[in-house]
Amino acid sequence: MDNIIPLISGMAVVTYVPRLLPFFLIGSNELPKRVDAFLKCIPVAAIGALIIPGVFNAVPDAPMAVICGMGFTLVFGFWKGGIIVPVLGSVAITYLVLLLTV
Amino acid sequence: MTNNDVKRALKAGFPIFIGYVPPAIAFGILAKACEITLLECFLFSAVVFAGASQFIALNLLMTGMGPGGIILTTLLVNFRHFLMSAYLSTRIGKMSKRYVFFLAFGVTDEVFSVLSFTKRRLSKTFVFILQLSAYTGWVTGTVAGYVMGGFLPEILTKSMGIALYSLLLAILLPELKTSVKALCLTIASAGLNTFLIKLDVLPSGWNIIVCILVIASIGSFFISKQQGEKVYG
Repeated sequence: MDNIIPLISGMAVVTYVPRLLPFFLIGSNELPKRVDAFLKCIPVAAIGALIIPGVFNAVPDAPMAVICGMGFTLVFGFWKGGIIVPVLGSVAITYLVLLLTV
Repeated sequence: MTNNDVKRALKAGFPIFIGYVPPAIAFGILAKACEITLLECFLFSAVVFAGASQFIALNLLMTGMGPGGIILTTLLVNFRHFLMSAYLSTRIGKMSKRYVFFLAFGVTDEVFSVLSFTKRRLSKTFVFILQLSAYTGWVTGTVAGYVMGGFLPEILTKSMGIALYSLLLAILLPELKTSVKALCLTIASAGLNTFLIKLDVLPSGWNIIVCILVIASIGSFFISKQQGEKVYG
């Protein structure tokens, strides 16, 4: 394999610059209301697409494990909230379902 | 106060750490199979720090594609973070420019999501400990995968694959409980993304960009309408 350090450097630059640029483009300027409202909606607009449909393939070929694991997060997170318990609980339940079904 | 920030950041960062380790191990294993050196493999994760694009780069490298094409693909795949940083820039207030250089480096999908749905003011401490947890998981996982191969039991690695999705859902739930609008936009975004992926016409990484642009535009219309009603009603 050739030296790929230049490739890695190039990838680092084209990944970093788009992550950095908005902080300077937007900065502390007062934004038009419409643009501000648009930016405020980005998290909700992104997160649905980040979860679905990717989640269905989170554990390859084991849809039942995914349903049980995410079901736990949904129920526990809805009633009790928090992050650690819903996440570790879902991993544990997915693990158990895989143990029992595979 | 700062102590609380540390605790909160570790609590939110731990699931990202757990979620990043299995794909990072997989990346290390793949890198070794591609016959790149340990140093190069480490640098991939340490300086690029962008999961999906690193896998794509290795695959393209194996097909014999030149660096120009791979770098262009990386730009396209990772461009969604431009929109995520645009949102974050409205949240960090007066954080000095010096810190922004560090913060921008760690804007991954999961870090962005956790920061977005953290209602309180984002302190430097919180942001950096969160990003450091994510970064540590990704880099150590990569090196461990390269050196040790698949050292975790397969069934454990598989079940850890659910962690990042579970994290995203857990941070979203409080928002969904209080806002019908957020619920509608989330479902719309999920639906649109599913449709676009089935359609399969956009380059990798652009389905989500279209989702963000379309859904946030629709959402912004409702927000300004609500504000208008509040002002004039």
